[in-house]
Amino acid sequence: MPPMIALSEIRFTYNGQKHAVFENLSLDIPAGSVTAILGPNGAGKSTLLHLILGILSPASGRILLRQRSRQQYTRRELGRLIGLVAQDEAMPFNFTVLEYVLLGRAPYLPILQTPGPEDGQVAQRALTTVGMEAMAERSVQTLSGGERQLVTIARALAQQPRILLLDEPTSHLDLSNKGRVLQLMCQSADDGVTVVFTTHEPDLSAVADYLILMRQGQTLAAGPADAVFTSDNLSQTYGVPVAVAQVDGQRVVLTPTGPA
Amino acid sequence: MTIRYYRRVLWGLLILLLGLMGLAIFVGRYPAPIWMPLQTLLRDPLAQRLVLNLRLPRILAAVLLGMSLAAAGTALQMIFRNPLVEPGFLGVSQGAAFGAALSIVGLGASGLVTQAAAALCGCLGLGLSYALARRIRYGGWTLRLILAGIAVSALFSAGVGILKYVADPLTQLPELVFWMLGALWGVTWQETLSILPVTLAALAVLLLMRWRLNLLALDDATAFSLGTAPARERTVLLVAAVAATAAIVSVSGVVGWVGLIVPQIARSLLGADGQRALPGAVLMGGAFTLVCDTAARTALSSEIPLGILTSLIGALAFSILMVTPRQLAPWVSKR
Repeated sequence: MPPMIALSEIRFTYNGQKHAVFENLSLDIPAGSVTAILGPNGAGKSTLLHLILGILSPASGRILLRQRSRQQYTRRELGRLIGLVAQDEAMPFNFTVLEYVLLGRAPYLPILQTPGPEDGQVAQRALTTVGMEAMAERSVQTLSGGERQLVTIARALAQQPRILLLDEPTSHLDLSNKGRVLQLMCQSADDGVTVVFTTHEPDLSAVADYLILMRQGQTLAAGPADAVFTSDNLSQTYGVPVAVAQVDGQRVVLTPTGPA
Repeated sequence: MTIRYYRRVLWGLLILLLGLMGLAIFVGRYPAPIWMPLQTLLRDPLAQRLVLNLRLPRILAAVLLGMSLAAAGTALQMIFRNPLVEPGFLGVSQGAAFGAALSIVGLGASGLVTQAAAALCGCLGLGLSYALARRIRYGGWTLRLILAGIAVSALFSAGVGILKYVADPLTQLPELVFWMLGALWGVTWQETLSILPVTLAALAVLLLMRWRLNLLALDDATAFSLGTAPARERTVLLVAAVAATAAIVSVSGVVGWVGLIVPQIARSLLGADGQRALPGAVLMGGAFTLVCDTAARTALSSEIPLGILTSLIGALAFSILMVTPRQLAPWVSKR
């Protein structure tokens, strides 16, 4: 099957900086799967998501989405194709949860139109999917960190995207909320959505089908998670010795902080 | 918040505004302070001319002023993701003040020339803020724009200070001070009608894009992911907000606090969704400035500058809102 997202020979430098974040970066992300982009802080994971999203453009190289060049999509088409759950999204106004989730319908609405009853139904369904339907009338500013993340995911789901990008989706969450977010990502992939998330925690990649290991703008390894998730690869990614163990069939990472 | 509640509040505000406009025709200091009986209006030709030539254009200008400032304030607060922003940001108000001062002191002009200079320099203020923000090498776009606005405003107010210092204290300074305080004294049909097209067009743009404002209140990356072109749409809304402000301020002078406080109250009553808050703010703003202006021309035998009244009431209301417990004032951001 052709990849959902294909980057080839990407070169990218932030404005006004000499040092390139990516130099000759190429990678494929398969359709309908969960892909984790794993690496230490500053590896260029978020930049990579922003390049796929299109808010950043590479200096050279090609980005294909569904085998079409990104430039061939209009802004609204891109909005229907890719949803984003950004890291730590600011919510400066007290929208209700439902009003906030309804914003996900924007790519389907002409610029002067306001959401209609059908959009409301899609938003309600998205809230049900994340289990927040009872909170529809609550203010987003009164939500806990975990609830907020679930609502943000509901907003992205209301967008009905083919690709869902999540930037460090579990970084501030407790164990139970972490579990719910990971479960939602798997569920979306089962529904045919291509899920891509970044994380600096190797343990989270347990839910991923595919794994991309990054360090300083380079992909160190990419491929099916079972093949890539090795002690050698992880040690190289993080620059410290890392051991990989299997506990109840799940991959677990051991870091060198404990007694040897 | 149900649709029914929203419709009820909006209709209530509309009826209130129209009712106040009707009442304001009869309020003033002719023939006697405060109230003019209907019989006088029907029989006295002087009263008829007064209402037709003085009170009506002024009532319309006051309503337009409040509507423009409130709409611009709501839009700017959402575009800049900051509930404490008002049209005075971005160098618009200070630029307009400088333009007016320059024409009064430098050219010895008044009336239409002063208005044109104010509108021109208001836009110049925005242009300078924008150009400076593009070159600031620090922070995100919003922060850079605000920093640039502060710097440009400070430059213009320094300029105003110099012009005040050199102004003729007997002829120019009083006019200058009166303009800085903001007033609709002596507004004519010609002035009101000359700003009407720009103001209405700008208000229409803001009202039509009111749901879109919600998207622009999100982080850039998120707004982008929802299929918007954040920079382009923000610019369109910004131009509309500034055009409305510059046009009306060129007639009224600097009237503060309306653009800050009215959107806050509208949000507390109707929720943060721009789809609801903006129409509410527009109606409330019109009613607020109309009441203030009617009081300004009625309360004392000499005119009270409108800007003093709006600042007095606005600052008091703002202080009350800010010390009200969070349950009663949920629009105050937690972050």
